[in-house]
Amino acid sequence: MRSLQARYARDRLILLVVVIGTILAALPLALVLGYALVNGFSSLNWDFFTKGPKPPGELGGGMAPAIVGTLVITGTGLLIAMPFGIGAGILLAEYPDNRLNPTLRPLSDTLNGMPAILKGLLAYVLVVKTQGSFSGLSGALAMAFIMVPIIAKTTESVLKLVPWHIREAGLALGLPRWRVILSLVLPAARGGVVTGLLLATARAAGEAAPLIFTAFGNTLLTLDLRQPMDALPLRLYAYAISPYEDWHRQAWAAAVVLLGLIVMTSLLARWFTRGRL
Amino acid sequence: MQQAPVQPSRIKRPPSALYRLLGDRIFFAVILLLALSIVALTLGLGYYLYLGGSQTIQKEGFWGFLTGTTWDPALKLEFGIWPYVVGTLITSMAALFLSVPVALAAAIFAAEYAPRWLAGFINYLVDLMAAVPSVVYGIWGIFVLAPFLRQVLYLPVFLWASENAPWLAPYLGNPSGYGMFTAVVVLSSMIIPFTAALSRDVIQLVPAAQREGAYALGATRWEVMQMVILPYARGGIFAGAMLALGRALGETMAVAMVIGNGNILPYTLFGPASTMPAVIALELKEAVEDLHYSAIIGVGFYLFLIAFIVNAVASYLLHKLKVGEQRA
Amino acid sequence: MSEFEASANPQTGHTEILTLDPSLKTRLEARRVTVMYGQKAGVKDVDMPIYTHKVTALIGPSGCGKTTFLRALNRMHDLTPSARVTGEVLLDGVNVYAPGVDPVEVRRKIGMVFQKPNPFPTLSIYGNVVAGLRLVGIRKKSLLDEAVERALTQAALWDEVKDRLHAPSMSLSGGQQQRLCIARALAVEPEVLLMDEPTSALDPISTQSIEDLLTELKNHVTIVIVTHNMQQAGRVSDFTGFFLNGDLVEFGPTNLLFTTPKDKRTEAYITGRFG
Repeated sequence: MRSLQARYARDRLILLVVVIGTILAALPLALVLGYALVNGFSSLNWDFFTKGPKPPGELGGGMAPAIVGTLVITGTGLLIAMPFGIGAGILLAEYPDNRLNPTLRPLSDTLNGMPAILKGLLAYVLVVKTQGSFSGLSGALAMAFIMVPIIAKTTESVLKLVPWHIREAGLALGLPRWRVILSLVLPAARGGVVTGLLLATARAAGEAAPLIFTAFGNTLLTLDLRQPMDALPLRLYAYAISPYEDWHRQAWAAAVVLLGLIVMTSLLARWFTRGRL
Repeated sequence: MQQAPVQPSRIKRPPSALYRLLGDRIFFAVILLLALSIVALTLGLGYYLYLGGSQTIQKEGFWGFLTGTTWDPALKLEFGIWPYVVGTLITSMAALFLSVPVALAAAIFAAEYAPRWLAGFINYLVDLMAAVPSVVYGIWGIFVLAPFLRQVLYLPVFLWASENAPWLAPYLGNPSGYGMFTAVVVLSSMIIPFTAALSRDVIQLVPAAQREGAYALGATRWEVMQMVILPYARGGIFAGAMLALGRALGETMAVAMVIGNGNILPYTLFGPASTMPAVIALELKEAVEDLHYSAIIGVGFYLFLIAFIVNAVASYLLHKLKVGEQRA
Repeated sequence: MSEFEASANPQTGHTEILTLDPSLKTRLEARRVTVMYGQKAGVKDVDMPIYTHKVTALIGPSGCGKTTFLRALNRMHDLTPSARVTGEVLLDGVNVYAPGVDPVEVRRKIGMVFQKPNPFPTLSIYGNVVAGLRLVGIRKKSLLDEAVERALTQAALWDEVKDRLHAPSMSLSGGQQQRLCIARALAVEPEVLLMDEPTSALDPISTQSIEDLLTELKNHVTIVIVTHNMQQAGRVSDFTGFFLNGDLVEFGPTNLLFTTPKDKRTEAYITGRFG
C-alpha cells in the first residue's frame, strides 16, 4: 500500500518539476528579449530609420533601405499569397465533401512545415535563374510561398467557426452559394481572416534564409521590384557576422525593430479577434 | 366600399437559374484553381529541386551523393552531402530531446496547474516565442550564448579533460563556442513553442468526463495526469514533437550563425559542424561552377525528402487523432 | 406496510423520518448544504440523511440542483473554481469538508458513476477496474485478479467479459461500458456509490440490467442515484428526495412520497403536471 502522504509528496514533487520546466521553457525567450532590448534600444536613433548603410568600417548610417525593403517584399508577398490562401481555405471549409480535400489538407500542412529556405530555393530556380538577376520580386515570391499554407489553414478554421445556420438562412432566401460565401460567410469571419493574414505576414517578415539568394540585399533604397532589395533580417544577419563593432550595434537595433514588428502584429491580431471567434 | 387592387410587385425577379448555376460553377472553378496552387507548389517544390540538383545527383548517383563524405567545390569538384545530413540529423534530434521535456512541462503547467490568468500569459509567451525570427535567436547565439557557454562549460570541461582524461579530447573538439553544442542549445530553445502549443491543445481536449472519472476514484492531480490525461493526449504530443523536429531540420539562420560551419567528419561535441540548410544559405549565392550550384540545389532536394517524411508522419498522426475524436 | 413513517417538521418545513426500524443507520448526512456558483445558488440549505445499504433517489426537473447536490457529497465541486460549498456532509459522523480532511480520501470512500459511461479508453477492461487500486500502490497480481473478478461480478459484467479481460475498454457496448464504470468504482470498495443519471445515455435493455443490479448492489454499498425518471426512482429506491429550484422540497420513503406526498409541489411533479 502507498500512503496518502507519499502520494501527495509525489504530487508536489511533480509540481515542482513542472514549474522548473516551465521556467526553463520561458528562459530563452526572456533572455533573447532582454538582451535585444538592452543592446538594441541604445542604438536606435533617427539615422537608423532614415539613412542607408555606410561603407564597411565607417561609423553611423542606418537601415532605411532594409526597413522599406522588408515592407515592400512582405507586402507584395502578401498580395500574391492572399487569393491563393483564402481560396484554398474556402474550398476546405465551405465544400467539405470535395474530393480534393483529403489530399489538400495534409499537403497544405506539409507545405507549411517545409523549411523556408526551400521555398527560397524554389523562388530562386523559378525567377532568379530564369531572369538572370536577384530581385525583390523573387524575394516576395518566396515570402508568398511561406504565407499561402498559413493563410489557408487559418481561413479554413475561422470559416468553420461561422455557424452553419447563417449559410442555411442565405440559401433559404434563394441566394446562390457563391453569394452566400462572399456576402455572408466571409464578412462574418472577417476578423479571423485578417488575423490569419497578419500571422502569416509576421512569420514571413522575420525570415532571412529565403531572401539571401533571392532579394539578395542592397545598400541603396529602391522600390523597384526588379532590382535586388534589402530586408531587415538580411541586413541583421550580414551585420551580425561582420567584424565591425558598430555594425553589431546596428544588428541589435535591427533585432529590436523586428521584435517590435512581431509584437505589434500579434497585438493587432488579438485586437481583430477580440471578443469573437 | 371598394377595395384597392393589390399592386403587382415591382421587385425585380430573382436572377435566372442559369445565372445562379453558372455563378456557382465559375466560383467553384476559381476556388478550385486557387486551392490547386497548394498542390502545385508542394509537388513543384520537389520537382524543381530535383531538376536543379539533377546534374550533380546523376554524376554522383542517388546514394553516392547522399553518402559521400567529401564536399569540395573548389578543387576536386566532388560532392557528397553526408556531413550535412549527419549534422542536420544530430542537431535536430538532440534539440528535440532537450526541448520536449521542457515544452511538455510548460504545456502541463499551462493546461492543468496554472490559474487562468497565468495560463493565458504563458500561452501568449509561447505564441510570441514561435514568432521570434530566426536571425534574432542567431544574434543572441553569437554574442551572448556562445561566449557564455565557452566560459562556463566548454573551457572548464576541455581543461579538465586535457588533464584527467586525454582520450576524451578528440570527442570534445575545439571549445571556441561556435559549434555543434551551441547550435543544439539555440535550436532547442527555438522549437520549444511548437511542441508546447500542440501538447497544450491536446491536453485541453481531453474530455472533462475522463478527468472526473479519475478524480472520482480518488486520484491526486498528478495521478489524473498520469492515468488519464497523458495517455489520452500522447498521440498529439508525439505529433507536436514531429512538427518541432520538422522545424529543427529546416532551421537555417540561427544554426548557420553559431555552428561554426565546418564539414569535416567526424564531428565533435563542441567543435564546428554544418547542416543542410546552412550550406544552402552560405554557398548558393557564391556558387560559380554549374556542378556546385547543382549540388546545393541537390542538398535542398534531399532536405525536402527528409522534411516531407517528417511532416507527413506528423500530419498522419494528427489526422488519426481527429478521427479518434469523432469516434469517441 | 412501511417500516418508516414520515412527518413534516414545523420548524424547518422539511420532512423528517421517524425510524420505526431500529436497524436503520445513517451513513451519510447532509447538513445545511449550500452550493454557490459565483453569486447564484445551485443548491440551498439542504438537510438529508442517506441510510446505510439503502438506495436513495434524487428526483426533480432539470436544473433543480439534484446533480449539484450529488457532486457536493464527494467534493467534486473542488474541481470547479467558481463553485463554493458551505454546510456539512458527515460521512460516518465526520465532516468531509472539515479542514484536514482530504478530498482524495473522501472520493475514495464515496465513489461515483457518471451520466455518460467514461471508461479510460487507453486502458483495457482489466486496467479500468484496477485503476483505483493501482493508485494506492497495490501491485500483487493475485490481489488485483481477485478484485477484478469481485467488482465485475458485482457489476454483473463478469460473465460477459471474463474471456477478454485485456480487450480495450472501448470495445464494449454502451451498457457494458457503464457497468464497467460501476465495477471500476466498486473495486476500491467505497462505502457510498453516487450515481448521476447512470442510465440516461443507455437503451432500455441496458437500463433494465443496471436497475436490476442496484437492488443487488445495495447489500454491499450505500447508493445515491440521481434520476430524471420517476418510474426508475419508484422501481429502485428506498428513499426519495424531491428537488425544485435548488431546494429539497420533500424527502421520505419512496413508497410514501409517491403515494401520499406532503407537499403540493411534489404531488404536482409526480402526477406529471410539470417537469
